[in-house]
Amino acid sequence: MSALEMRYEVPGNDFTRAGEASSAIKNKLKQMGIPPGVVRNVAIAVYEGEINMVIHASGGTIDVFVDSDAVSLVLRDTGGGIPDVELAMREGYTTAKEDIRSLGFGAGMGIPNMIKYTDEFKINSEVGKGTVVEMKVYLEK
Amino acid sequence: MKVKDLIANLGFESVHEGEPDREISSVYCCDLLSWVMGRASADSAWITVMGNMNSVAVAVLADISVIVLAENAPIDSAALEKAKQQGVNILKTDKPAFEAGLLINNGL
Repeated sequence: MSALEMRYEVPGNDFTRAGEASSAIKNKLKQMGIPPGVVRNVAIAVYEGEINMVIHASGGTIDVFVDSDAVSLVLRDTGGGIPDVELAMREGYTTAKEDIRSLGFGAGMGIPNMIKYTDEFKINSEVGKGTVVEMKVYLEK
Repeated sequence: MKVKDLIANLGFESVHEGEPDREISSVYCCDLLSWVMGRASADSAWITVMGNMNSVAVAVLADISVIVLAENAPIDSAALEKAKQQGVNILKTDKPAFEAGLLINNGL
């Protein structure tokens, strides 16, 4: 049982609201007195995940667990899944369409950023079923 | 250097001053949001031509001190509204990104 658990819904295909869940999570962690560096790492990783859910999966849920040693995140969607996860993890690889790219997305850095800014990263994706991303940022390095 | 110094001393124009006393410690130029998220330092001045809602979200989440719109790039009204809600600093300049960055960097 975590000290604090929160769930956020991410609406799909709504770029005007993309980032709202991440901002809310960031504010909440800040209020709780989590160290600023940890808060920033969580915010960056969770925003990349949130954006991916909006672009590729018509939304999903984000669960946040705060414990004495780490902040854990579980991002779950029921989108189309990722056919080649290895490829999706590579810097620069993207399947984002031109209209999405014109907004500044689709640099192929989403998953690499999630890996870079977290201490633990796990991704499970099944084509036709969806994707689950689990991430953990330690409170003390 | 503070955000307000860019306006007072370096000729940048204010679009929205959410937190004018915020310190700037470095400069980062890029228009691809995930590059900015991944590479820009906290407390940096971020120079871009991307004036949309998502730029504001990136600035908030990556702890960026100020968004500087190069070459007077426009910002849409939803993004400006978001910046006001979240207290995000946004400035603009007619200079290209490189020149704007150089100017800020020389003032650090």
